[in-house]
Order: sequence, then C-alpha cells, then structure tokens
Amino acid sequence: MLEFRKEYFKDERDDRLNEVGQPRQRQDMLGHVTGRTRYFDDHAFEGLLHLKVLRSPHPHARLRSIDTAAAERAPGVKRVIRAADVPVNKNTLLSLINFGKDDEPLLAADKVRYKGEPILAIVAESEAAAYDALTKVRVEYDPLPAVFDVEEALKSGAPVVNETYPTNAFEYHEKYNHQKLRFGDVERAFAQADFIVEERYQMSPIEHAPTETNGSIAAPETNDRFVVHTCTQALFFSLGTAAKLLDVPSNRLHFLGGTVGGGFGGKVDSLTEPLSILGAMLTGRPVRYVLNREEEMLYGCPRGAERHYVKDGVMRDGRIIARKVTSYFDAGAYTRLSSYGAVKCIAHIPGPYTIPNVHAECYCVYTNRTPATAMRGFGITGVDFSLEVQMDKLAHKVGMDPMEFRILNAYRDGDMKAHRREAHNCALIECVQVAAEKASWPIRDEYRRMNSMTGGGGERAVIPPTATDEGGRIGAGRPATSTPPRPPPPTVAPPPRAPVPAAAQPRAPQPATTQARPAVPPPPAPPPPVAPAKPAATPQHGATRFSSVFGTRRR
Amino acid sequence: MARHRGRGMAAINYPIGMNLGGDPSQALVHSNPEGKFTVTLSAIDLGQGMKQVTRQIAAETLGVPIADVYVDTADSDTGPHDMGSFASRGTHRVGNAVAAAAKEARGVMMEAAAEELEVNAADLDTDGRGNIHVKGAPSRAISVKDVAVAAQFRQGKTIAGRGIFLIPLSEVNPETGEMSPVSCYAHACLVADLEVDDETGEVTVLKMTSAYELGRAINPKMVEQQLVGGAWMGMSHALFETPEPYYPDTAHGPRDFNEYVMPGPGDICPHDIAVLERPAPDGPFGGKGPGEMCANPVLPAVANAIFNAVGVRVDSLPITPEKVLRAIKAQGGARPQGAPGGRR
Amino acid sequence: MAKTPVQFRLNGSDKAVFVDGGENLLNVLRRGVGDMSAKYGCGQGTCGVCTVLVDGEPQLACLTLAETCAGRSVDTALGLSDGPNLHPLQTAFMEHFAAQCGFCTSGMLMAAKALLDRNASPTREEVAEAISGNICRCTGYEPIINAIMDAAAKRGGGSNREQGHARV
Repeated sequence: MLEFRKEYFKDERDDRLNEVGQPRQRQDMLGHVTGRTRYFDDHAFEGLLHLKVLRSPHPHARLRSIDTAAAERAPGVKRVIRAADVPVNKNTLLSLINFGKDDEPLLAADKVRYKGEPILAIVAESEAAAYDALTKVRVEYDPLPAVFDVEEALKSGAPVVNETYPTNAFEYHEKYNHQKLRFGDVERAFAQADFIVEERYQMSPIEHAPTETNGSIAAPETNDRFVVHTCTQALFFSLGTAAKLLDVPSNRLHFLGGTVGGGFGGKVDSLTEPLSILGAMLTGRPVRYVLNREEEMLYGCPRGAERHYVKDGVMRDGRIIARKVTSYFDAGAYTRLSSYGAVKCIAHIPGPYTIPNVHAECYCVYTNRTPATAMRGFGITGVDFSLEVQMDKLAHKVGMDPMEFRILNAYRDGDMKAHRREAHNCALIECVQVAAEKASWPIRDEYRRMNSMTGGGGERAVIPPTATDEGGRIGAGRPATSTPPRPPPPTVAPPPRAPVPAAAQPRAPQPATTQARPAVPPPPAPPPPVAPAKPAATPQHGATRFSSVFGTRRR
Repeated sequence: MARHRGRGMAAINYPIGMNLGGDPSQALVHSNPEGKFTVTLSAIDLGQGMKQVTRQIAAETLGVPIADVYVDTADSDTGPHDMGSFASRGTHRVGNAVAAAAKEARGVMMEAAAEELEVNAADLDTDGRGNIHVKGAPSRAISVKDVAVAAQFRQGKTIAGRGIFLIPLSEVNPETGEMSPVSCYAHACLVADLEVDDETGEVTVLKMTSAYELGRAINPKMVEQQLVGGAWMGMSHALFETPEPYYPDTAHGPRDFNEYVMPGPGDICPHDIAVLERPAPDGPFGGKGPGEMCANPVLPAVANAIFNAVGVRVDSLPITPEKVLRAIKAQGGARPQGAPGGRR
Repeated sequence: MAKTPVQFRLNGSDKAVFVDGGENLLNVLRRGVGDMSAKYGCGQGTCGVCTVLVDGEPQLACLTLAETCAGRSVDTALGLSDGPNLHPLQTAFMEHFAAQCGFCTSGMLMAAKALLDRNASPTREEVAEAISGNICRCTGYEPIINAIMDAAAKRGGGSNREQGHARV
C-alpha cells in the first residue's frame, strides 16, 4: 500500500506536469514479460570460447611455482593466461579519478592475498573443458600468516596484507591513516553531559546476490577493435579499467550494456571484462567469462563488514550534545571502493541530527578476505544501523518516546552540519510525524507541530571552535585502536573556505518551538576571524579537479 | 515459552550522489524527421528504471507525449560519458543531464516552430500532446511532426540537444572533514512490528509502516517498486543475510541460495508506505532518488523492535535466531518492554 | 566428444539438436536453439531463473539433462504469448509492475503458469509456495504475488483465452 502525502511541501512543488509524476509503464517492461529483454549473455557468437580462472585456496600465500604444462595439453584448451600476459598488471579501480594507489593485480603474480584470488585463466572450447584443465594446473604455495579482523590488522606486528599500504590502512591526504571529522569539542561536552552511552556495532558483510552473476563476452570487431557485452553498472569505468590494464587506447574498446540483471553495487568492479578482452586478444575469438554462482557468492566483491564505536553525551531533557564515532571498514585485500566508503561515512556522521560537538574517524582497513566494494547504501547503511539503534538506547536512557526523541534532535533548514555545510531541504521531522501517524504511534502535540522549515539556523548555524589533532599520522607507527590517540594541544580550525549558501544569511529569531534546543552548553560564539587558510580565490574545484583527489595522486 | 510482539522505529537521511573526482553525466537528445525523439546515454538500467525515469524527464522537458520518446543507453560508441549507476545518482545526475539536453533540443524545436508560424518563439508553448501553439491561442498551432519535417527539409535545423550535469569535486579537509558531500538528501522513517519467539529466537516481521521523502517522484509506480523491494532487502539484511555468520571468522561461506538465506515469498509482510515530496532545489523537477535509502531504516527499526519485544539488544547483524536466543538466555528470559516510549 | 541427436517440441515447434553427453537443457535452449528467455542464475537449481515447462511441469533447465527431453514438449517464456496477444500472466505482471531488472521474470512466469494450469484459483499461500523456488532480488515478491493472484482472478472471470488452445 502506498499513498502520496501531497499536502507536505506543496508550496515547493508545481504538480501540474504532463509526464513527470505520472505512473507510466516502464520502457523495458514488455521485454521483461515476454522474455525478450537482452542481457549481456544473450548474444550468440560463432566460435565462442569460455574463460575460467584458477583461484587461490589460501587467504595469504607466496606463489612458489606454477606448472601449467598439463593444463595446456588438456582437451579443448586454447590458451592459458598468466600474470605476465597482462600488459599492466596493477590497478586500483578509482585510479580513473585519481584516488588511491594502484594496489591490485588482475592475476596474482608473486603473492595471493585472499582466498579465491585469481592466479591464472584458461580459455577453452567449453566451460567444462576449462574447468577440467584448471584441475591440471600445479601451484606450489608458501602459506603466510593472515589477518581477518580490522582492529587486529591495525596492530603493530600484524601481517602486512597489501604492501602498497604497509600499515594495513588506506592513506588519506598522504597524511593520515583514517579520515577525520572534527566539529566542536566532544570531550568538553561529554564532561557536561547528564548521561554517556558508549556502544559497539558490527555490520555483517553482505553478498549483492543479483540473479544475474557478473560476466562479459568480448569479441574481435572490425577495425582492430573489440566489442564487449557487459553487465557493468558503470560503462566508462569498466571501459577505462580494461583499457588501462590492457594498455590499449580506449577507442579500441566498444562496450555495450545498460540492461543488467540486478547489480546493487556488485557490478562496478569490472571483475570480468579485462580478462574476457585479453582472452579475445590472445585467441582472436569471442571469449565469455561469467562467474558461476559459487564464485559470485564467495569471490565476487561483497559489501564489506563495518564496525562502529559510538559514544554519545545526552542531556536529561533529551538533547544530544556530543557524538563521537570510530569506524572501521573492512576493505578485504585490495582497495576497490572502500576508501571512498569511509569518506562517505564521515560525511554522514552524526546522522540527520543537529549535534553541536562531533568527532569521528573512519579507517579503511585491509584484511585477507575477498575485496569488498560498494553496495546499496554504501558507507551509510551500517552507520544508520549503528546510529539508529544508539538513538533508541539514548531515548530509553532519558525516558523519552523514540519518535519525539528523533524530532527533538532532528536537523532543520539552516542548521550547520558537522561537515560544515548548512542544511537545507530537510524533511526528517515530517517523515517521523507521518510514520507515527500511520502507525498510530502517539506523539505529543508540540512534536506534531514542529517542522523542518522553522526553528533551525541562528545559533544552530554556528561552527564552533574546534579542537584538531594529528593522531594517526602516517609514519608515526601503528595507531592504537578502539581508543583513538588523545589529541595534542588543540588548535582552532580555520572557518569554512566554501562560500556560505544564501540560505545561511542571518535569519529571524527562532520561533517559540525552539525549546527543542536551548543552548546548554551555550553554543560558542562564532569562531574568531582567523585569517583564511588560503585566499578565497583558491578554487576548490576546477583546475585541480582531475589532477588530484584528496591530495592522493595516482601512481 | 511464548511469542512476544514488539515495535521499533528508525529515521534516516540519505545523500544523493557521490563526491569523488567530480560527478558528471552527459546526455544527447535528437529528433527524427517525424518529431520522435531518442535520448542517448551511457547510464545503466539494472532494474532501478533508469531508462523510464530519463524518458519521462525528457518528455516533460520537450513537452511531447511519452510515446514520442525512447531512451537508448550504454553503447560506448554513441552514448556520451556517464559515471555509472550507483550512489543513488541516476535520477539526479543523469536526469539533470537529460533535462539539459532536452531543453536545448526544445529550444531549437520552438525556434523552428516560430519560423513556421511566423511568431516569436517566446510566445509559443507545447501542449504535451504533440503540438506547439501560440500561448493563449491554442488554434494557432503546428504539430511537432510538422515542425520536425520543416526543420529537417526546409530550415536546415537539427532538433537536438546536448546536456551535462556536473557536481564538481569538493575536496575534503584532512583535519576537519569539511566538504560538500552532496547537494541534497532523501529522508525516511519506518516502524517495524514483529514477533519474537523466545523458545527458538526466531523473529517474524509482521508489518512495516513508513514515510519516505524522496524529492519529486518522477514515476510513482517505480517509486513503489523501489520502496517495497528495498525495504524487503533491508529486512533481509537485518535478519537473514550474511556470507560470514561468525565474522571475522571466514568459515561457512555460502555457495548457493540454499546457504545464503534471504526471505522468500512466504516470509514477506505488508508494508504501508507514505511518500512525501520535498523537491530538491537542484534536482530534475526536484527529483532525488529512492534507490538505496529505502533499505536503510529497516535494519535498525527491526533491531529496536526486537528490544521492545524481549528486552535484548543485538548489536551485530544479521540478527539471527541464534543471537536472539543467546541474548535472551544471557538475560535470564524475555523482558517485554511494553509500548514504545512507555507512554501508551 | 560424441553427440546425441535430440528432438523435442519448443513452444509448439519441432526442434532437432545434437547434444553432448551430460549437457543440460538450459545450455541447449540458449546456445543450441537460441531461446535466450531462460537465464543462467546459478547452475545449481537454487535460483529458479531457468524455470521452463517440460510436458507442462515446471523444471529447472540447468538441472535437466537435455537427452531426457527427447520427444517431449518444452515451453519457455518466449512461447507464453499468443502471437501479439499477451498471456494474462504477462498482462498482470505489467499492470502490477512486477519486474524491475527482469532477470527472474521468465522463470517466475513459467512457475506461475504451471500453478495456474493446475490450480485456477490459488490462495495467496499457494502462490507463494509455487514461486518459492524462484529468487527475485529486486521486488520483494509482493507485486509478483499480486500479479499472479490478479491473473488467476481475471482468468477465472470468463474470457479465458488459454482454455481455447492449451498449448502443452
């Protein structure tokens, strides 16, 4: 059952539209119900070959020797592809936008870093022949100690998972082993809080489990090009990744896709396209590489596990005055997209609430498991689970109704968020009110009358003096875990460099409903007019956009 | 031994798009000589409905019926660049690019119509049914088809448009985390009603009640698809799914759908949904994107409802019967918490 | 490898193919005769996206030996409509927006057809049971169940095109 509540925000919408807002039939629906929709694998090729990879049985091992002689002689085998056949056998997915260092081979060369890591590929006349030949490959391994827990991995003496990041943590800004968020002074606020609630939350890894597994078919095309039918979620990401690994100009690759049997984030990593194309290059024939379901489940990239420590200071009247979060994202053996998930996590803290003191750090940690990647809700789902269970505990602690507790602390238009941008277009309060009403969950009138458009801004728009620290500097040894290092003597961070949106202009005094947030502890005065860190003219975007992302240059 | 009813809620917001390397999408729109339009993209439809969402945005912007627009996507030889279908960016980013391309094409179309009708283009409007008329004078009209024929064969104009939408990179401050992560957020609040069996630890979700705010709903039926399916996935993440049930232990990795457990068609529950639309100031017709956020409130709402039912907190996902049972035993039995908030 | 000739009827038309020993029906349909409507989802019989009807019974094509289909009738989603006229299940799936990515839809439709062919007015529980071997990762099943219930109701209501020419 679904209803539209058009009375909300009706002044902000023009509903007199012809097509937008209409329940039109999907363009693709007829194809779906007649079985005629074509996915990547629904293309027939004469002479199609099949590619399968040999995967490591060890989570961490040195490769001592690989003997493929018997496999090469096996029936139907057309080609064995080894690491040395890959023109540029090191990449990181986000190198296309210059984020992070190349850290992952297409085929393992010297070491395997997770169970299931591809070591070589066999191209054969049938899938059965390829599987059969894989059993004839002889590999000698020297198993190495492995690490599977994010906090264990950060301890000194832990096995080094990925030599590109020798402390087992992604490096942010070439400076820290985590991404920081600092807003106000949580320690001072904790000292003033009526209650402190500190908890640990653990998000499970999740398999995307699309009904269509990852795969692609590559075939030689005219004009010395290769056509690639793919289920990628990101056509040019996959094309660019393949072009880099195979060292070919991008216009020699012709990618076709766009109709995909579910993705949920699991089809961004370009798991199959580079090998399909390489197979087609080396054999001159069409090559199909499709993960079987077991491979998809175990070695297709999952949503990584996350661990969040949340410490809150709350007042007896229900106002949260401080929130401190330490988060660990389990990237598995290689970076893929986890480095960005941590940034997204940081930007999301402290959730949709206006809290005057926020402190967070998020680590992207390497362990010897299948590399993790994005999934529906990337960087957010686990944070929301943690924060919203925490909110329930806080409401319980102060004896408040959980709905009213959310409304009391909800962010409103004009409030300053912890990442130092003013909130606008908020609608959390209205969602809580409507859900409560629909569920016959009683909330008091004063909470029913509040809204996102009023009561925000003013003192809630102030960026407080902020204690910063240099904890977790790269080169300063492994960090202590769980309890982040005590900050050195605080310094006051510069005010925001970005222009304040027009909506941030001084606003009328808050209406009476602002009992929602009396100022205890009193919100600090606006930060002193410290000289801007850089001339205001320094562009944040533009010229530097493609040369540097977060100051981490491509290697 | 008994089954205990519980109720819990959670509220969330969700960032639309990503902040990494700049976040661009492009679109091309062109008309054939009959006034039928093709939108050319490189965006991916993985079920979320990218083709139809952009089709409706194009039709609305052009001012023509939906049947006169088709979307062709993901041929790297013809489709202009797009970052990809992830981060709930499709409706907002690609939608804006399509709106921009369609607007440019519409501009040419209106100029061509103005030339045929011998009026000023600014005085013309579309009727959404395939005609262009003088504002306030519906009888002074020409069909889009006739305009397209004239543009192609008489005026030598291309009724076509290019569009790009870019959210530039906002660099992240290493010390404070200052950044502009995205330009708009979707919102939700969800109530889960469930039952916990204190003998088996099994949790049965009985009903979900929710309010989702997702900017303009470009297509309400497709919004419903996302919300119903997404909340199912949230319930699945809360109670069922894990490839590593004893994380960080890597044992028990699933190899098939018998070992990777998800709620089946017999495990679903009614979901009563309200949709609110606060248009994103920079979204296409105010659109944001419901694709990812729909799952998120379910996980904590279910966890909170379990606490409400039996008084145990399971802070690690998924909340399997084993975990519930162990927690109840550790507590010395179920402790129902009564009505949420203690006030009913 | 020695090949075996196999003849069967596919959506009412005769087909003859040579199959490898142990080759499954899914491969023969997709690579042998070019019917791509049945999909590969797991090859283990756990997802249902390859569901087809063999002599009217729902079968997982990935677990069905092609040789066992000799002389039998195989029906896939490609044969569900009567020319341009959609089967009531197809119409109902459209009206209920019961597909998103569409990858499970062919198998889901065939499982539903098998149900309605043997039980014209199933209960909601019977519908859920009939598609319980078919994984859908997008929809949450609700619209699929609604569509099947609706198709059953409409077929029961009179104009039953199917009864005129049961195809199996």
